[in-house]
Parts: sequence; structure tokens; C-alpha cells
Amino acid sequence: MRWWLPDAGSTFAGPIDSLFLAILIITGIALVVVEVGLVAFLIRYRGRPGRKAFYTHGSTRAEVIWTAIPAVTMVALGLISNHYWVLIKGRSSVPPNAYHLGVHAKQFEWQVTYPGPDGKLGTADDFTVRNQLHVVVNQPTAVELTSEDAVHSFFVPEWRLKQDAVPGMHITAWFQATKTGQFELGCAELCGMGHYRMRARVFVHTPEDYKAWLAQQAAGGSE
Amino acid sequence: MTTVAHSRTDAHAEHAPMSFWRKYIFSTDHKIIGIQFLFVSLFFLLVGGILAMQIRWQLGFPNTPMPGGKILPETYIASNGVILPEYYVQLVTMHGTFMIFFAIMPLLVGVYANFLIPLKIGAHDMAFPRINMWSFWLALLAGLIMLAGFFVPNGPPRCGWTMYVPCSARSDLSGVTTGQLLWSVSIVVLGLSSVMGSVNYITTVINHRAPGMTWFRMPLSVWALFITAILGVLALPVLQGAAIMLLFDNVLGTHFFDPVAGGQALLWQHLFWFFGHPEVYILILPAMGMVSDIIANGSRKPIFGYHSMVFAIIGIAFLGWIVWGHHMFMSGMNPTLGSTFMVSTLLIAVPSAVKVFNWMGTMWRGNLRFHVPMLNAIGFVSMFTIGGLSGIFMAATPVDIPLHDTQFIVAHIHYVLFGGSLFALFAAITYWYPKMFGRMMNPGLGKIHFWLTFVAYNLTFFPMHIIGMGGQMRRIYDPTIYDFLKPQQPLNEFISYAAFALFAIQFLFAFNFLWSLKFGQKAPQNPWDDNGMEWSLPNPAPHGNWERTPNVYRGPYEFSSPEAEARGSDFLPQYVKLPTDRDPAPAAGH
Amino acid sequence: MTHATQTVDSMRPPFPAESGAGVYSNKLGMWVFLASDVMFFTALIGSYIVLRFGAPGEWAKPGAVLNVPLTAFNTFLLICSSVSMVKAYAAIQDGKKYFLRPVPGKTLRDGGLKFWMLVTILCGAAFVGVQLIEYFKLVHEGFTPAGFRDGSLLAEHAAADPIKYGLAVAGLYGSSFFTMTGFHGFHVTCGVISMTYLYFTKVLPEKYSPQDYRGIEVIGLYWHFVDLVWIILFTIVYLI
Repeated sequence: MRWWLPDAGSTFAGPIDSLFLAILIITGIALVVVEVGLVAFLIRYRGRPGRKAFYTHGSTRAEVIWTAIPAVTMVALGLISNHYWVLIKGRSSVPPNAYHLGVHAKQFEWQVTYPGPDGKLGTADDFTVRNQLHVVVNQPTAVELTSEDAVHSFFVPEWRLKQDAVPGMHITAWFQATKTGQFELGCAELCGMGHYRMRARVFVHTPEDYKAWLAQQAAGGSE
Repeated sequence: MTTVAHSRTDAHAEHAPMSFWRKYIFSTDHKIIGIQFLFVSLFFLLVGGILAMQIRWQLGFPNTPMPGGKILPETYIASNGVILPEYYVQLVTMHGTFMIFFAIMPLLVGVYANFLIPLKIGAHDMAFPRINMWSFWLALLAGLIMLAGFFVPNGPPRCGWTMYVPCSARSDLSGVTTGQLLWSVSIVVLGLSSVMGSVNYITTVINHRAPGMTWFRMPLSVWALFITAILGVLALPVLQGAAIMLLFDNVLGTHFFDPVAGGQALLWQHLFWFFGHPEVYILILPAMGMVSDIIANGSRKPIFGYHSMVFAIIGIAFLGWIVWGHHMFMSGMNPTLGSTFMVSTLLIAVPSAVKVFNWMGTMWRGNLRFHVPMLNAIGFVSMFTIGGLSGIFMAATPVDIPLHDTQFIVAHIHYVLFGGSLFALFAAITYWYPKMFGRMMNPGLGKIHFWLTFVAYNLTFFPMHIIGMGGQMRRIYDPTIYDFLKPQQPLNEFISYAAFALFAIQFLFAFNFLWSLKFGQKAPQNPWDDNGMEWSLPNPAPHGNWERTPNVYRGPYEFSSPEAEARGSDFLPQYVKLPTDRDPAPAAGH
Repeated sequence: MTHATQTVDSMRPPFPAESGAGVYSNKLGMWVFLASDVMFFTALIGSYIVLRFGAPGEWAKPGAVLNVPLTAFNTFLLICSSVSMVKAYAAIQDGKKYFLRPVPGKTLRDGGLKFWMLVTILCGAAFVGVQLIEYFKLVHEGFTPAGFRDGSLLAEHAAADPIKYGLAVAGLYGSSFFTMTGFHGFHVTCGVISMTYLYFTKVLPEKYSPQDYRGIEVIGLYWHFVDLVWIILFTIVYLI
């Protein structure tokens, strides 16, 4: 049974998970204040014979305080969040040395196009594999997302990576995987009755293993 | 000056005794219309609940035959009784559609805007009673059209209540044809009903307040319903436009959402969410308003910071127009928009927080009465707080990346819609039941229902946050085909059991509601010792409400004031004239 | 007290109330409804703008597919009907419930409510008629909501001059044209039907008076709104 976010598997996971934790702490404090406060009031101010409620219409000072504190907190949160948002999703933040793959989503599979030995997408030695995503650890990688039909969403939980694939659009999403191993890719946007089975296997290789896999593909193998 | 008599007596001419049909079925009386909405909407709430039970069956016990499933047609259920994937996505689509459009929205607005507004502002009826009647019948028609989707070939739509294109615009992608058309038609009809209602609510609140009912003496329930009506009148037509464009893409071969011909898939999302976000404030503001009334009553104290509460409602409604993109952070729209929408979304947390603190401030140093409405209202505050706080995670765009379109969102939605709106509805239905039906709902049963619901509800929906953090995507027929989701399946099972219990517990409320209609204790005129104008009338209130337009002498929450004390009680209704009060002067021309 | 205030007072509901909007409820209600209609057309027109500016190809040149002169005449008709609506409103405010009265010493006749409302209805109906004829002709030539019909005359012309006819985005062109003008025409039709209903039930039996002409003012507001939307549509759909 998992009780937390998936294991961190990309360079995004550090900042995102830290931000998640920070928000959890802030909202946790707010939650405790409210819930404990409510329970305390329920007990302390419950109606008893002969009790009188305190007649007041409010307190401007209290209002200012409990408006200002949330407002300042939200602004701070926004500034910090935006910093990472731009780093992750900003169009000019895709590293120039990123290794590009093509990912074409369709009902109900992922077609991944690899640039082949020349390392460039869109050339003759490209090849496409269904439902298998092979990437190299510690290497900035960019997937160029397209869709055949409906809106799908490219989601690898360990990488904290999610990006919709929209027909008629060409969207680039980048990441840098930090752990080798096998993971899964799922579709995170309802795209029809087969939405649940748009599952691809994800392999994060060492550079050597990836080269080996590439060679195997060139030789006509499929695994 | 003309000679039309402007007496302070009855608002309309006497009419001959009405037939049963004219009095109860084709009624133009806002109270009857409100009650009609109540019965129809509770029916659709049941429909939504039944759909939810099937969803939870499949999620908790994937690929296990569903009890009773064999009665469903073969387009929905396999021969061995297992829910089919195509039916599963229809279930999630229609659960959302029925709950939002035909249960919660009409329960909050159709029922309480209609029932409460004229009563609480001292009016005899709505500004346009016949249009009001049409509003109900169109809403019912829309609901029946939507329900018909289950009975046409291939059934209802499959693309989520959010109806994203191109899935919903192409029957070759969704597999659904007639059901999709019915959805669009139903939405257009519902939009008409909604706009007609809003025209009534807005005009009535502006022009029909009794003398002395100034803007800042209106109860927060009326403020909330008024602002909600403004949201509705401006948001629903956008959805109608989008639904029509979708309908035309489906039947006329238009290309609004067809990327091949130059259309844009994201256009739908912008239109839908431009409507959709104000819609969710339509679904919460009336609840907040009514909870305010009930908490002040239960605390025997004025609402803490009444003016701030009004401005918070207005602030939430206003900000609600500029946050829609937070539903589209992952959509592929320009990331800069992600930044701007994040800012506006984080800001909208502020007025919501103010309201929570003000409710607590109301209870602080009060003399709390734990009647059933108060229990549910406090439940609302505690659950809405969780729902609102969970929203902050998604508002922070980088954190939305792992959370978007997972069960975390589903948890958030249900904390605000069920923990929020539905608890507020339990409170409101119980609170104004005597005014509607002349009897009280059974308080013992009401308390048991509240506590059991509170526990079962949290057991059902809190774990969904965890499941979402673990990465379970929304609208997934079978999570167990993913290795990374298998470890969480025990929690999915647990949630399903809790959900079944939660559903079963609601029959206590249904029983209480129905049984009390006939056998409930006869209600005294003002059973909650409340200050609102409605309690000056007998239970149930007569047609035309007051014979002579009442006067209003003070604000809505004068509990435990010195003047009240002087009269030997802890409340002082708005309609009571003290020796020191002067009659308010009506506006010129009356 | 001014004339207008007098009539406003008696059009208010006959019970005491706080001062509200300062306009009687029927008018306030119509303003609120028109706000909703603005949002409806905003969705359609906003989508058109988004689609046109994001279009992957050139939009058709004005006048290539659509008949601008005919529609310009139609626009003139609708504007005339707004003018006659104003005259109808002025007539009932002055108590002129009649059809036509001779003006002493002039060859002109003084039109009353019955005359000017009839002019408005006829101009409105004519507008719808002309638009229907235009639609039939366009569909016959091959222009449909889906674009240029294969094998049609229009498709041939477009193939010969794809830039002028905006062939690349003909689907969007047809979709937006028919939807926007169609719903506008639907609104005009509803207006004509409502006015006709009022004409027979209230105008002819002389139920309106200078003390109470709410229906005329309210339907007039709706009519002017419909006219305004058309001016916008005509400009962005036909002229640009």
C-alpha cells in the first residue's frame, strides 16, 4: 500500500515534491487551526441554561489579520511556484541539448518515434515502436507530443511529468530521468472507452544499455 | 399622478379558487415551484448516487460481476455481469452531469432561490411568476432529455461531464451518436431554464424588497443567491453556445473543434471552463449563504463581519471569472497563461478563507444550539475547509503536474460539492422544511443521519487524496492493469465499501424527509427562533405570502442584542416593530 | 413631475418597496435577459474570432462567397425596423394608439402605434425572408455549414482561386457563418413572433396607454439589441 507520491525519478521531482510538502505544511497548519478551533468552540460555547451569547458584529482588526495572512501566503506561494513552473513548462526552458523523441498518441496506444543512430528526429533512420518508451538516465529528453484523434495526456508519475497531447498541436515536454529501471506511462485525459488501457512500458537505461537497445532495433529486433 | 390605487394591501387581484392542477402542478407560486424543484432534484440526486455506486463497484472490485448487473442491457454489461469499459465511461460522464446540472444546482438555486428570496425580502412573489413556472418545466424537460440518453442505441455520452473534444465531437471516437445529441439539447434547454430563473431572482431582489429591507439588511442567503443568479445569467449562455457548436459539429458537419479543418480542440476547453468555473461558484455560494444564516441562528449571535461576508461573496464571484485556465494547466495552452491563472486562483483562496474565519468568529463566544441544521452547517465549514485547502495544491502549477486528472482532483471536487454543498443542503432542507410543509423533520433521525454521514463521507473521500497522490488517473476503468497502481488497490476497495455505506445511510434522510411530510411533528410558526422575514408567516406560508407588504426594522442577525434581551429573548426578528422603531418610508411612487 | 416619471410610477408593482433600480421590473428583467444574450453571442463571436485569427489558412475575401449588396440592403431593412420601433414607442408615449391620422395642412400622415408596430414587424419579417432566400441560394451554390460541397459550383470556383475563396479554411468559414447568422436570424424570428403576438393581443385592442406601455418598451429593447448584434455581425462576417 502506497501512502505517498511515487518515488522520485526525475530532476523535477525534487522541487515539485518540496513544494508539495511546503503546501502540505501550510494547509496542514490552517486545517489544524480551523478544525481544532471548531471543536474547541463546540465544547466551550455550547448552549447551557443561563448562558448568553456575546453580541458583536465583528472586528475589523481580526478581519484585516485573517485576510492579510492568507493573502501574503498565497502571493509568496505564487512567486515560488511560478519560478519552477517556468523552468519546467516554459517554452524556452527545453534544454538545447535535449534528446528529442516523437510521441504520437492515438486511441488507444502510444507510438514512440526514435531518432535512430543519427540522433535526429525527422530523418530516414527514425523508427517507431508501440507502447514502449526508452530513455537514457541523466540525459535531458524532450518528447514532441502529437495526437491522432482525441486529447490524450502523457503521464509518467515518477518523473512528475504530465502533458496533454492535442490533435492539431505539436507540444514539447522535457524531462531528465534520474533513476534507471522500468516504469509505466498512462493516459491522463479521458479519450474514449479504451482510455484505461493506454499503458506503455517505460525503460530508463544507462547510456550503454540504450545504445545496445538501439542497435537491437536497427537489427530488426523488438524488445 | 395617476389614480391607480397604491394601497398597501394585496399585491394582486383576487382570483377564483384554483383547481388542483393550477395550484400544485402548473403553479406560478414561487414556494410551490421551489418545492417542485425539490422533489425533482432529489430524484436526480438519487440517479447520480446509483451511478456512483456502479462506478465504485468497478473501481473497488475490477472485473467482478456487479450484483444486479444482469438486468442491464448488453451494451452496458458483459454476459457475466461485469461492467463494460464503454459503460464505465458513460457512468462517470453521467454521474457528473446529473449531480452538477440536475441535482446540486437546482437544489441550491431552483429550490432555495425560488423558495427563500421573496419570503426573506418581504415580497409577495417573484417579479415574473409565469416565467418562473416555465423555468421549472424547462428544467424538468432538460432532465428527462438527459435521462433519455440511457435508453437510446449505444447509450449516453462517454467523454466525461467536461465533454472534451474531439472525443465528443466525433461519434467515431466516442462510439455514441444519439446520446451525444441529447446531451447538447438538454444543456441548451437547461440553460434557458437557468437564465429565466436568474432573470427572476435578480429583478426580484433589486426591485421587490419590502420597505426597510435595504441592501445591507438582506440575509447572506439572499445576497449569495442574488450574486449566484448574476453568475448564472452570464455563464450558462456561454455553455449553451459551446453545446450548440458541439451539436453542429456532430450533426451538421461543422468544424469548430475539428483540427483537420482548422478548428481547435482547446477552443472547447476555454469555452467550457469559462462557463465551468463560475458554475462551481454557483454550486457553492448559495450553500455558503444559507450556512451563514443557520450558523448565526445556531450561535445566537450576529454573523461576524457581515459586510466582509458580502464583499467576500462578491469577490469570489468576480474572481471566479478569471480563473478558468486553472483547469487547463496541462492542456498545452501557452505556459504564460498558466502563470496568470495561477495568480488569480491563489487569490481566490483569500475571500474563501475570510468566510471560514468569519463563521468561526460567529460561533466564538456564542451560545451554541446543536440542532440538526447547525450540525450540518458546522459539518459544511469543516469539510469545505478541507476541500478549499486541497485546491491550493492544484493552484500551484508545478504541483498540479502530478496531481492533475488524478483522484486527488476527484477528492477535491467531492469535498467541496458533497462535504460542502450537500451538507449545506441537508442543513437547509431541514431548516426550511417547516416553512415548506408545516411539519418538522425528526431531529433524532436527523442527528443520526448527520453523524453517520459525516463519518462515512470522510472515510470515502479522504483516502482519494492518497490514491491521487499515488498517481491514479481519473476515469480509469481498471487501475490494476498498472503495476504502479496495484499497491493502492486495497484502498480503492476500502473506499468502495465506505461509499456503499454512505449511500445506504442517505436513505435515513430520505425516509425522514418523506415520513415527516405526513407524520412529522406539526411545526410552530418560528421553530428555530430565527430572525428572518419568513418566520412571520404561518407554516406553510399562504399564496401571496403577506396580505399587506411587511415593514423591515433591522438587520437579519440581531441575536442576543440588548433590545432582544429587553424583550426577554435572545432573538429579534427583522419584522418586529419596537416602540422605538419608526416605519420605513417606501420609495417614491409607491 | 416629468412625463416619463409619471409613467414609470404607474408601471411599478402596486405594493410598497425599497427603491431598487429606478426602472420598472419588466424593463429590468429585459436588461438582465439581454445581458445573458450578450454572453451567448460572445461565445459564438468570440469563437469565430479565435478560429479566424488562429486559422491555418487565408479566410475568404469579402464578397467572394457571400452577397454583400443584398445583405447590405437587408441591414438597411433591419435598421429601418429599429427606427420604426422608436417611432412606435414615441407614438404610444404620446397616446397615439391609432393607425394613421391626417395631419391638418400637410399631405403627410401622422402614424400611431398600430402603424409603426406594423412597419417594424413587416421589416423584421422581410429581413428573415431575405436571409432565408440568401441561405437557400448559398446552399444551392454549394456553401454549407460544413464548407464547400464537393462537386458544387462554389467548389469549382474555389478550386480555381483558392485564396480568394479561402478554400483552405472553407469548413471554418461555413461553420461560423451559418451558426452566427443563423442564431441571429432565430433571435429576429422570435422578436417578430413576439411582436406579432403583442400586436394582436395588446396593440390592436388598444391595451397600451401613455400610463402603461411596458410591453412596447421591453420588446423595443430586445429589438434594438438584435439590431446591434446584426451591425456587429454584418461588419465582421460580411465586410471584413
